[in-house]
Amino acid sequence: MALALQTFATVKDANVALKAQGTCYFGGGTLVVRAANEGDISVSGLIRSTDPALSAIEVTGGKVRIGASVTMAAIARHPDLGTLARAARAVGGPAIRNMATVGGNLFAPAPYGDFAVALLALGATVSTDDGETPIETFLANRDGSRAIVTSVGFTVPKAGDFRFLKVSRVKPKGISVLSIAAMLEQAGDGTVSSARIALGCMADRPIRAKAAEKALLGRRLDQDGIAPALAAAGEGTSPITDPIASAWYRAEVLPVHLRRLLLS
Amino acid sequence: MAKVPVQFTLNGSEKAEFIDSGTTLLNALRDKIGDTSPKGGCHQGTCGACSVIIDGELRLSCLTLAETCNGAAITTTSGLSEGGVLHPVQRAFLDTFATQCGFCTPGTIMAAKVLLDHTPNPSRDEVVEALSGNICRCTGYESIIQAVLLAARANSQNAA
Repeated sequence: MALALQTFATVKDANVALKAQGTCYFGGGTLVVRAANEGDISVSGLIRSTDPALSAIEVTGGKVRIGASVTMAAIARHPDLGTLARAARAVGGPAIRNMATVGGNLFAPAPYGDFAVALLALGATVSTDDGETPIETFLANRDGSRAIVTSVGFTVPKAGDFRFLKVSRVKPKGISVLSIAAMLEQAGDGTVSSARIALGCMADRPIRAKAAEKALLGRRLDQDGIAPALAAAGEGTSPITDPIASAWYRAEVLPVHLRRLLLS
Repeated sequence: MAKVPVQFTLNGSEKAEFIDSGTTLLNALRDKIGDTSPKGGCHQGTCGACSVIIDGELRLSCLTLAETCNGAAITTTSGLSEGGVLHPVQRAFLDTFATQCGFCTPGTIMAAKVLLDHTPNPSRDEVVEALSGNICRCTGYESIIQAVLLAARANSQNAA
């Protein structure tokens, strides 16, 4: 492996260094070192920043800001992020969770990136030195992204509003067949007043299930109420095929697991 | 390739080396320092055979760059026994026949040790969860789970 690591105290200096050809940002190493070990020679230089803000979690007034270098393990054990612990624990085994970062998860190709699915359902924003970007826009344009992600921000969901499900064949932990995250708010009469549903493995990156979201509005979360959403769940999806599952299989089981999540 | 200095504590002993920038901790430990207890299995972060403990946390040495470990305290399986006496987890692995080919064993033992360091009396589910990043193709896992539970019982009896 011919990699050279450069460390900078500030994100600003690291961003300048990242302008050099053949460089890539180094977060937890679970993506870029893995690629290098596999023989990817497109990256010759790794850039990282040790700015303490990248490793900070701030929870104020119901708003959360998680530094891009915060690991899945740190999120899983944070007392104010209990609603997200399940999604953080869905990533890898214990050693991976001690290394994998929030920033890296935004770039993880399917079937990885389960935490980014949760962030998409939460309507998070992604921050760089250039400003904030809605996560949906960020994910759509991530292949051309060069600015270092500094943090993600979102509003802490109320207990019961946020749901997360990862489906894998190996228990207790395995690579995703698919993952689903949903942010559902209900009116006083029990009908759904707003819905954001995000899917993992149903495209090359996390995507919204917008047709299913629309079909849920004004409906109750019972068998009859969710039926239109289940019928529309696969709309706009393009599932991946990999050794875990074929695109056909993923499309077939998506409504089954969405049903379980919505009725849970 | 420019050489960079690395300095850390390995199993209680200070180590200092010059390595190629970008060298993984696994390669530094095995090829430069001579500690071959972490194994290079998949080099993809999937099998857990290279697991080591860095500053009290389980990490994969195949995905960790050695130069990011400056000043860290690293523990590997080769540093567990004291004065020729096996660590309770190692003893339990022998007693329950939890190792066959042995390739995954050092990484699995490190995962078990870090679990027991933080959770001295784990439930079976907690043991399974703690070992979920370590793949074994020989034992079927049951004997490994029993080993960790046995080591926990031995620790609690010694503490009593």
